[in-house]
Amino acid sequence: MRFNKLFLGLVLALSLIATACGNAPDGEGDATGGAGDEAADGAELAGSIDIDGSSTVAPLTEAIYEEYNAEQPGVEINIGVSGTGGGFERFCGTGDIQISNASRPIKDDEREACAAKGIEFTEVRVGTDALTMVTSADTDWVDCLTTDEIVKIWGPDGVATWDQVRDGFPAEPIQVFAPGADSGTYDFMNETVLEKDVQPRQDYNANEDDNVIAQGVQGTKGSWGFFGFAYYQENADSMRAIAYDAGDGCVEPSAATAQDDTYKLSRPLFIYVRNDALAEPHVADFVRFYLDTVNDVIEEVGYVPATDEELKAAREAVEGATA
Amino acid sequence: MSEHPVIGAPVLVGDPGDRPPMSLGGRPRRGEQLAMALLALAGAVTVLTTVGIVAVLFFDAASFFREPVVSLWAFVTGTEWRPFGNPESDAFRIGVLPLLNGTLLVTGIAMLIAIPLGLASAMYLSEYAPRRVRAVLKPALELLAGVPTVVLGWFAVDFMTPVLRGAFGDERVAIFNAASAGIVMGIMIVPTIASLSEDAMSAVPSGLREAAYGLGSTRRRVVLSVVFPAALSGVVAAIILGIGRAIGETMIVAIAAGGMPQMTANPFEQVQTMTAYIVQAVRGEAGPGSLTYESIFAVGALLFLMTFALNLAAQRFVRRYREAY
Amino acid sequence: MALSTPQRSAEAAAAVLAGSASAGRTRGERVFAVLLLGATAVSVLVLGLLIAQVLLDGLARLDLQFLTSYPSRRAARTGIRAGITGSLSLMVLTAAVAFPLGVAAAVYLEEFAPDNRFTRLLEANVANLAGVPSVVYGLLGSAVFVYLFQMGRSLVAGALTLALLILPVIIVASRESLRAVPQAIRHAGLALGATPLQVAARQTVPSALPGIFTGTILALSRAVGETAPILVVGAVLSRRSDNVPWGLLDAFTGLPIQIYDFVSRPQADFREGAASAAILVLLTVLLLMNSVAIVLRNRYARRW
Repeated sequence: MRFNKLFLGLVLALSLIATACGNAPDGEGDATGGAGDEAADGAELAGSIDIDGSSTVAPLTEAIYEEYNAEQPGVEINIGVSGTGGGFERFCGTGDIQISNASRPIKDDEREACAAKGIEFTEVRVGTDALTMVTSADTDWVDCLTTDEIVKIWGPDGVATWDQVRDGFPAEPIQVFAPGADSGTYDFMNETVLEKDVQPRQDYNANEDDNVIAQGVQGTKGSWGFFGFAYYQENADSMRAIAYDAGDGCVEPSAATAQDDTYKLSRPLFIYVRNDALAEPHVADFVRFYLDTVNDVIEEVGYVPATDEELKAAREAVEGATA
Repeated sequence: MSEHPVIGAPVLVGDPGDRPPMSLGGRPRRGEQLAMALLALAGAVTVLTTVGIVAVLFFDAASFFREPVVSLWAFVTGTEWRPFGNPESDAFRIGVLPLLNGTLLVTGIAMLIAIPLGLASAMYLSEYAPRRVRAVLKPALELLAGVPTVVLGWFAVDFMTPVLRGAFGDERVAIFNAASAGIVMGIMIVPTIASLSEDAMSAVPSGLREAAYGLGSTRRRVVLSVVFPAALSGVVAAIILGIGRAIGETMIVAIAAGGMPQMTANPFEQVQTMTAYIVQAVRGEAGPGSLTYESIFAVGALLFLMTFALNLAAQRFVRRYREAY
Repeated sequence: MALSTPQRSAEAAAAVLAGSASAGRTRGERVFAVLLLGATAVSVLVLGLLIAQVLLDGLARLDLQFLTSYPSRRAARTGIRAGITGSLSLMVLTAAVAFPLGVAAAVYLEEFAPDNRFTRLLEANVANLAGVPSVVYGLLGSAVFVYLFQMGRSLVAGALTLALLILPVIIVASRESLRAVPQAIRHAGLALGATPLQVAARQTVPSALPGIFTGTILALSRAVGETAPILVVGAVLSRRSDNVPWGLLDAFTGLPIQIYDFVSRPQADFREGAASAAILVLLTVLLLMNSVAIVLRNRYARRW
């Protein structure tokens, strides 16, 4: 009957559209590194790579993926943002990602977890970030905060109003938007500003997604938040950065102050790559491309380029692992 | 009743009535027994789904409660929810009340909007509307019922929140708040309540109406004093189902209500609902076996219990109004 | 007062009703009617506001580049290609699973199931399943398909989860269509010597097919817009390649997921421009599907 054919036609049409839209060969599964084809120089590569970890490093990896995708459309890359801690858990714990984005060096217990599973990896320094504290555009009373003042805001006895942070500030309520416990940014802020083993306040708006933090900060007068410089740069017209006084005067976060180390909230950015993944041509190709391209895109993303020596050391480590 | 415009509201299946089921009878052909078994298996899939849901939720929730740092008492009475990081640490908290608070606050606001508007729409469409007006309004309500909730979440954060902030001031209304989500959710539920209530009102025999008109009653009196009380069971069922939908709704609150679980009655503050927590926690990387993962299922189990109880209650009320006529 | 008699009571009632007639009564009536109309109109107005907002923000952003690009960090370069192919693939797979399963279950329940407690339990079960929040289906899908069956966060896991979600809807719609087929058809088949299964397969089901298709398309249109269950199962927010229905184990995304991603970004170009344009596409697809369903119903549904 006619409607039988109608429905059949519909299903066929849908499948055809899906086919027409499908371009390069699919990446296969994702378990431990998709299968990749052998590639002669300049030939098409295919495969899939799973990356997860720091939401700070993610924009950088994504920017490089965008460039890489133009050259090697057959390589499919999935980038998650579970936080540096979450990324390491998947890196050696469940073992289902090949590359981990990290906004802090790998911790000892994470290193042990990898050793216990016999997983070897290569640490690749890709840049530096000026961790930025932000507030909304209409919060006009705070330009700079000292370490002690930050502890008053972020520490275990986080205060409720700005006048308790510094005399002369209005008695406006403080609304804190910050990453959660899985985030390397969270870890770094705690290590730098708080005393050892002291926990930050618990009653704040926690989110792994820095975009949501930005949304919260920009819309709330009296807000305080922090994330990687890239997120500030992307939203510079709707929020204000707060300078940091580590004891030697107020220093504004920027690429320059991070590079010359006058801004004390700067931290290294890494990607960690499993050596068994490096054995696969598409993964090795992507990592090499990463190192070759990172300094072209990193400033646009908002971070500080790694020095030439750091990149050289990284390249050597990668070549050593792929040999 | 004929096909239900609001897909998603449980359509109560009446009895098949006077038609006896067919059996294979006599000497069934060989393939037929297999075919019959396959059909029955298909029917069984639904049972398997329910069993699966219950098993998965309660199995993992049980693991959660078996953990040394977790107690049922702390879960149901604790007022802080922080199941992240190291369970031994001081900061770890597993009191579900803030999430419950968030869900109930948003649901309450939604019902404040949905019940009056829904009932009014039902009364209008069933008793007042001229045919041409009804032909426009009823499909419009069905259209509203079909809008995906992620679109409504966008509407809440892009339209409703600025409107509320403009009306009440930036300082009083947070960028993520329960009211924006609640109001939009209320509008979303109006078609559910309106459609089921209208069914209940239409089922009231015209004899009752005509008797009232015959006594000189005005239409308003007929609607309020005759039709509405007669349809009460159905209306109550509709409201209960609306509450169930509000409790189980995820995207509107995940986008617009916020991510900070707290105990508050202020609709202009941020909250986090049970459903929004599930979505947030699942995107982090806690794999199976970790306490955070198990906490997702504990919350899911609570959610399921609440909506299941509401569904049962609603079905009981529908049966009552079906039987009465 | 004298003892009441039926006549006295009737007179008293008439007196009460007559007494309440006044000029205020007509005005009260009109006010009430206007109030009801107003309340009904509020919901419709809000819908109109939503559509207006979507058109206002999104129409300008919608162009071929937007439809054929992969997501990007820059709002001007982002696109929904991955979401479109993801949702299409999900739909094909979901339909492939839910349609046969749902129709088979409906046929069993409606035609063959004996009228006993077990059957009643099954029916009540279907009704209950329709009321379970979609996020709970996501949890089920995650625990069973992603982890237990080891499918990973893959297209097939998402499709199976959605199939379970819309199964009750398809079953109910199919049952209603089957129920509408007159008994005479079945009896005629049996009288001519067909077995009950042959009657079902060659007479009853084909007669009910338009209604079944309508119900299926409506159920699928609901599945297209679902975000929470596939989010929980592990759909990725941002993907730079297409999904195809036979890429069962690929990571996947969908149009509603991309909308969720755009809405979560702070930049206005994402939240207003890209999100609304994507919403426009989604609503159009839904409109199309619903129209097909209605056309099907109106043109092919048999009136017995």
